[in-house]
Amino acid sequence: MRLATPVKASPAKTEQIILFRVSGQLFAISSASVQEVRSANSMSGGAAEISAPGLRKVRHVLRRGDRSLFIVNGAMHFGLHAAEGAQLFVLRKTRTALLIDGIEKMTTMTRLQALPLSFCHEERQWYRGLTALDQTVVPVVHPEGFLSHEELTLLDAALLQADKTESENLERTSAAQ
Amino acid sequence: MTVSTELELRSFLLLRLGERRLAVSSNQIAELVAPSRVFRFPHRTPKLEGVILRRGRIVPVCDVSEMLLGKRLTSRRFYLIAVRNYGAQREWVAVPVTGECELIKAEMMAAVESDAPHVAGWLSHDGDVIEVLNLDAITPGPEHVLAEAAARKRPEAQP
Repeated sequence: MRLATPVKASPAKTEQIILFRVSGQLFAISSASVQEVRSANSMSGGAAEISAPGLRKVRHVLRRGDRSLFIVNGAMHFGLHAAEGAQLFVLRKTRTALLIDGIEKMTTMTRLQALPLSFCHEERQWYRGLTALDQTVVPVVHPEGFLSHEELTLLDAALLQADKTESENLERTSAAQ
Repeated sequence: MTVSTELELRSFLLLRLGERRLAVSSNQIAELVAPSRVFRFPHRTPKLEGVILRRGRIVPVCDVSEMLLGKRLTSRRFYLIAVRNYGAQREWVAVPVTGECELIKAEMMAAVESDAPHVAGWLSHDGDVIEVLNLDAITPGPEHVLAEAAARKRPEAQP
């Protein structure tokens, strides 16, 4: 009699995550998506103001060589009570720096459950899914979900306009001198 | 009783939502559980309260009281965990109920065109005529977003 080959249990896939708070609410992000963690104060000198119509969650932009990083206020993005963000996550492979209250801890998730299909609005872009940690459910954010393609286009246009105004002002000043 | 009449009887769960008694086909029901902690996080879908953890699964909680009664009910006795269809996919949703539930066998009259979309049919029990709920119509899903988008576009299409 031949017995079926025993199936080896595959080791559970784990992922390192950072738990952080925005306006008191707990979220998780894959630590691989976070390129840098900075204090919001340390950025204040290098950030320029920006204003794109209808996009209140982005008020500042950071210039890094050719790259512009848009600082997204996490509380405004999620529609939470406005809070003074204390830390910034510079998100890898995006043009987003996310303003958060602070980091709770780093941990490991073993299971990411897809967002139930009942959730059918913007949150589908915001979250990769949900994870259960210590009998609590935490949404795992999508690093690319903070700024849509349309929002980035708007911000780029605002940035271009700001640059144009600045260079015109410079020209005017040098002409006056 | 003849075999033919016996076959027409189907099983339903009678539930109470505020003052109303409603029914759900028992083949849509996964279980009935005591209220547990609802985990809330930011989202933009109306009628969704949050999620509960049940047997390792994360189940969305859909409050249907406002739609069915015109007011929100904060008290709850059980969560009815039901199967919701999203096209070919099926997922659990938890619907809060406020009173005792009862399993009955009854004959269902199919809904007609003039009935609201959330009515799957009607049944008669204890002298009452009771609505059988179409859970796919009262709980949110992608098809509602499409319908909302179509409704938004409609006025523009008018000459």
